[in-house]
Amino acid sequence: MSDKLINATNLKKSFDQFIAVDNIDLSVSRGEVVGFLGPNGAGKSTTMKMLTGFLEPDNGEVFINNINLKSDPLKAKEYIGYLPEGAPSYSDMIVADFLSFIGKMRGLNDNSLSNRLEEMANQINLKEMWNRPIETLSKGFKRRVGIAQALIHDPDILILDEPTDGLDPNQKYEMRNLIKRISTNKAIVISTHILEEVEAVCSRAVIISNGKLLANDTPINLENKFLNKNTLSIKVSNKINNVISKEIKSLLKYDDVKIQKTDILTYTIFVSDSQKNPNLNTVLKQINKLKLDVIEANFQKVSLEEIFRKITSENNSK
Amino acid sequence: MNNYLNKTYIILDRELKGYFRTPLASIFLLVFLALSSGMTFFLGRFFERDQADLTAFFSWHPWLFLVLMPAIGMRLWAEERRSGTIELLITLPVTNTQLVVGKFLASWIFTLIALILTMPIWITVNYLGEPDNHVILISYFGSWLMAGAFLALTSCLSALTKNQVIAFIISSISGFVLIMAGFNLVLSAVRSWSPNWITETISSMSFLSHFTRIQMGVFDLSTLVFFISMIILCLWINVQLVQVKKAD
Repeated sequence: MSDKLINATNLKKSFDQFIAVDNIDLSVSRGEVVGFLGPNGAGKSTTMKMLTGFLEPDNGEVFINNINLKSDPLKAKEYIGYLPEGAPSYSDMIVADFLSFIGKMRGLNDNSLSNRLEEMANQINLKEMWNRPIETLSKGFKRRVGIAQALIHDPDILILDEPTDGLDPNQKYEMRNLIKRISTNKAIVISTHILEEVEAVCSRAVIISNGKLLANDTPINLENKFLNKNTLSIKVSNKINNVISKEIKSLLKYDDVKIQKTDILTYTIFVSDSQKNPNLNTVLKQINKLKLDVIEANFQKVSLEEIFRKITSENNSK
Repeated sequence: MNNYLNKTYIILDRELKGYFRTPLASIFLLVFLALSSGMTFFLGRFFERDQADLTAFFSWHPWLFLVLMPAIGMRLWAEERRSGTIELLITLPVTNTQLVVGKFLASWIFTLIALILTMPIWITVNYLGEPDNHVILISYFGSWLMAGAFLALTSCLSALTKNQVIAFIISSISGFVLIMAGFNLVLSAVRSWSPNWITETISSMSFLSHFTRIQMGVFDLSTLVFFISMIILCLWINVQLVQVKKAD
């Protein structure tokens, strides 16, 4: 018995000639939040559709809580809560009826259904919209209704396809907090093309492009893996002319030293090296010799965004 | 088994209430009542016939259903596919058969409500004369069975498209072919190239000839088997189509 709530191997799916998902392996344990990253049309949604049993893979297997999704789909689906892309719902129904319909279909009895409905109303802030037809709700509330229907049976596994798409910054913030709050005892997969989201909520990032899984690691490990050249940036409140610039470059014994005007009052010196990471102390000591006033010094991290762009563009060029 | 039926019932319940959530139900019921009584009294010459029966009422049902049943059934699957809610349904722990049957039964029960609302015509004919109520009851049942076959056909065809209008049109055309199957219009197109048994089979599939017999009070087993197997066949194809077309 494996403790993986989701365990998918060699997933493959083609539509006519187009290979949407190409041999993807993925496993997710309880407590993990996995972020699916990828450009539009990368195969994120198709993979999620196979994990939820909406699509049957051409090849490969999906195990949900050790139950084979293909041989016992009804049992396996009980463990999953799913928010499809675009958060579809029956727009003519009122929120309460819609959630109660999904709850009943999920096998909740009257007692537990009314408890869960109340929890959803409070937890997802749906109270004020409770008796309104879904078609009259704003995009943000519609998305919340979508999340509520996925959570109504308190599933072990939550698969959310672009849960924050189309939300305003406040709503995005709330949604991320909600995901973080409920993530402790669930296995969660979210797809997004917003990288800050992965950094904010995910314990693991999976990068998909052209149907292939290109990276699968924690955001920090990914950053470290692709961070072979840390850049040190030092902001000074002095004017740096050509003469000083030459002095700086000759003092600092690193491959790459660049100086840029940041604004009217400050300049920034970027120091990097292909062989070794620049040492902050040494660099500061050298700069002190030139009597420059340092107002800020830090390592410039390579963002997940750059890593993403690097990985996906490399894959495209192949 | 209990759980199986329960889920089918939940689908049925949502779908049936769905008709009444929008003005669709009242508009449909109004149109159905207006057309069925209009046809009975004006086209069917109910009073001029001077006979205590409902032939003038029932004989128009195949033609009425040809348009009205696709109107009820066209949204069953086309709308689920257009709005993406099919993805919610299929990822719930239910089988496609439960979904198809639940939705179909909802539309069939809705038709039953429409038929029950025509009861005043039955009362009228009893008030005016002494009709054979046995024949009328059989005709009502036959009419409902035929409506079921039309609905199953529409439900099945609505799984082919995301567009309700297209679902409506192809269902009406297919319904027309099935009504006319016993007529020369359809048979002559087949007779020239096909063996006799094919022509015979097509001829026996005519909704109209089956329903005409029912109206005369003749309700034989073959008619019951015909409509029931028509419903089951269409729903079975419906289940397959949902499976194949769900992700298109």
